[in-house]
Amino acid sequence: MFHKEKSIQLKNSASALYNNLSVLRIAPRRLTYFTVVHANVVNMVSTSWDGLNYSHRQLQSKEPNVATSTSLIMQAAFCALPSRDLLVVSSQKGIQMYESDGSIMVYWHALDTPEAPTAHAVFARGISAVSDNYVCVGVSSGAVLVFDVPSKGSNITLSEVLEEHKEAITDIASECSGSQECLANLVTADDGGNMCVWKSGEEFQLLNKIPGLDMTCSSVKLWKGTVLAGYGTGQIRLYEAVTGILHAEVNAHARWIYSLDIAPFSGLLLSAAEDSFVRVWHLSITPETNSVEIAHLHNECVTDTQICGAKFCDGDGYAFAVTGYDLSEIIRYVQS
Amino acid sequence: MSVRTLPLVFINLGGEMLYILDQRLRALNTPEDQSETGVWSERDRKRVLNDVVGTMFGKSFMDELLKPQQLYSHRTMKTVLTRLAHSSIMRLNPASMDRLYELMIMAFKYQVLLSPRPRDLLLVSYNHLDAARAFVRDTPAVLNQVDETHRKIIEVYSRLSDGDFQLLRQTLLTFLQDVHTRVSVFLKNQIQNPSGRFVLMTSGPVPAGVDVPGLIRTFDPRGREVGRSEFPPGGTYSGSVGEGSFELSGDRVLRLGQNLYQAERPEETQTSRTPGAQLDRTNPLAKEELNLLARLMGCMKAGSVPAAAPRFRISLFPSDPEEEEEGGAPAEQAAIFQVINIQAVQDEEAASALARIAGQFTDEEAELENPSGSKGDDLLAMMDDL
Repeated sequence: MFHKEKSIQLKNSASALYNNLSVLRIAPRRLTYFTVVHANVVNMVSTSWDGLNYSHRQLQSKEPNVATSTSLIMQAAFCALPSRDLLVVSSQKGIQMYESDGSIMVYWHALDTPEAPTAHAVFARGISAVSDNYVCVGVSSGAVLVFDVPSKGSNITLSEVLEEHKEAITDIASECSGSQECLANLVTADDGGNMCVWKSGEEFQLLNKIPGLDMTCSSVKLWKGTVLAGYGTGQIRLYEAVTGILHAEVNAHARWIYSLDIAPFSGLLLSAAEDSFVRVWHLSITPETNSVEIAHLHNECVTDTQICGAKFCDGDGYAFAVTGYDLSEIIRYVQS
Repeated sequence: MSVRTLPLVFINLGGEMLYILDQRLRALNTPEDQSETGVWSERDRKRVLNDVVGTMFGKSFMDELLKPQQLYSHRTMKTVLTRLAHSSIMRLNPASMDRLYELMIMAFKYQVLLSPRPRDLLLVSYNHLDAARAFVRDTPAVLNQVDETHRKIIEVYSRLSDGDFQLLRQTLLTFLQDVHTRVSVFLKNQIQNPSGRFVLMTSGPVPAGVDVPGLIRTFDPRGREVGRSEFPPGGTYSGSVGEGSFELSGDRVLRLGQNLYQAERPEETQTSRTPGAQLDRTNPLAKEELNLLARLMGCMKAGSVPAAAPRFRISLFPSDPEEEEEGGAPAEQAAIFQVINIQAVQDEEAASALARIAGQFTDEEAELENPSGSKGDDLLAMMDDL
């Protein structure tokens, strides 16, 4: 169903972090950007669709006003808004937002770090564009920061702090930007597997809380009103977002899941875990009849590798890319 | 990232050090080895192990490690572990210490990477603690220290969630990233490939709490199961073999962290580097790192060995080509190798000097960044002399 294509070499290896791969497709310029985090560096590769040109860039998470320290990055993700694309980098010290090619930093938000080290780690993790003009980023305290992003320029402001989670945020996902109308358009997940479902707006509205079973939800997606959640137990669960009804449960992987992705136009789901496997599934969801089906389509095994990132390269799921801990390449697969 | 890594790093790296020292010192006990430093008797070996365990599990040292703090560089770890190794009557030359550190790091990386669940890293640590206990079972005072440390570890870590443990594991994996030193005992046992990467099986028992992959279940709105189907998982998995004991004693079930070197011949602890990250990056140490280093060095007891007692120089890996380059024929190694000769008294001076100098950095942070800056370089040069 899929076959392996030529890998993209990286300047250094991928770190073991949840959702450690982000992809942005720039159709007008026939380019695709990839980002992979290595410790305190974001590796960016820009590839032309004809496969002939590659260019690399590295961003360090150095805070603008602090002389010495650099800090470890937890996640780097593209946020595609209708008016602009941003690259958001979340680290131990704060959140940086760049133009999508990584050329200019347009915004910096410092996390409140206490004077003396506390018993709990402080960091930002979980990044998503929401609706037309918001970017949401999670924090280790459980807070979710909502940033209001103007259509151009650097006048980005922190508009709201959502405080429902008690444990560190792991991942955030949204659907329905632009013209679509959705009841729920944001889901946030935490270390205890608890999930909150929201509707965005000037004031974000909490629609539902789905309790976790004390098992970390490391990656979450939202599609057609259904929450897709990947867990440390290797399970994938499908919940109806607004009601919390469990539709399906898959014993998908033998180890901790690190990444889920969805190809919204075709309903393909990608799951990747520490067990070296990437799996492709097909979802059919009919919200009107409340029927949800998930079928397994394909496996890929990346030998001797714990996978940390897996993303579709396009909305149909024609191709996907994979990163692994200690691996200095992005492996690509294309439908046969 | 995680602020709870240091105690586990030291217990596991130190634990590996004990295994390697034990094996190498037994190797030096063979009748053929009549070098000038004398044969290492059973008594000498036990004494070295007792001294190292005693220092490693010293109360103030462990209390310092247990404070929530970031994990620092390989340089800091190596400096403290060198000091640990030298808390006994034994002296290691720099080449031996480098090899020893590489072995410890690769063993630790293997244990972290292959822990079935992040929480199982505790079981790995407990395996090391169990072994340390066995090494010092004839010395009640030191045995007590190990037990005390074990109790503190249980107290601190039993509060962490699975998510906290995964963060801890991710922090360790970042620390251990890009190190692919080949170790002969790992290659021989086929847990490491010739490329230096570890073998990850896609078969065997799943971790405790995880279901064997292959099942899809669907439910109706009332929560009743309405459908079930299977898919091929690609690997051959079997059910979990159950969870090991997280108590002070008991069957740990997990074998990671047990002594890999017991049955091995001395040549098996050879390492060869693959091109890749050097473990000693020459970045200037951050101010916080120097502070930690000063505190840790200050906390390590000078030891019960009197200053005038003879120090025995040994080369841990005489068949290592790099060591032979330095010293020529193995029989004359003791006289020719560059030997680190530190008296206990000098160590304390060095530690307090470090602390003083670290204190001076409050106003001079900018200088640390400058590669040609003076104070940072002086301090690093001093540590190289240790």
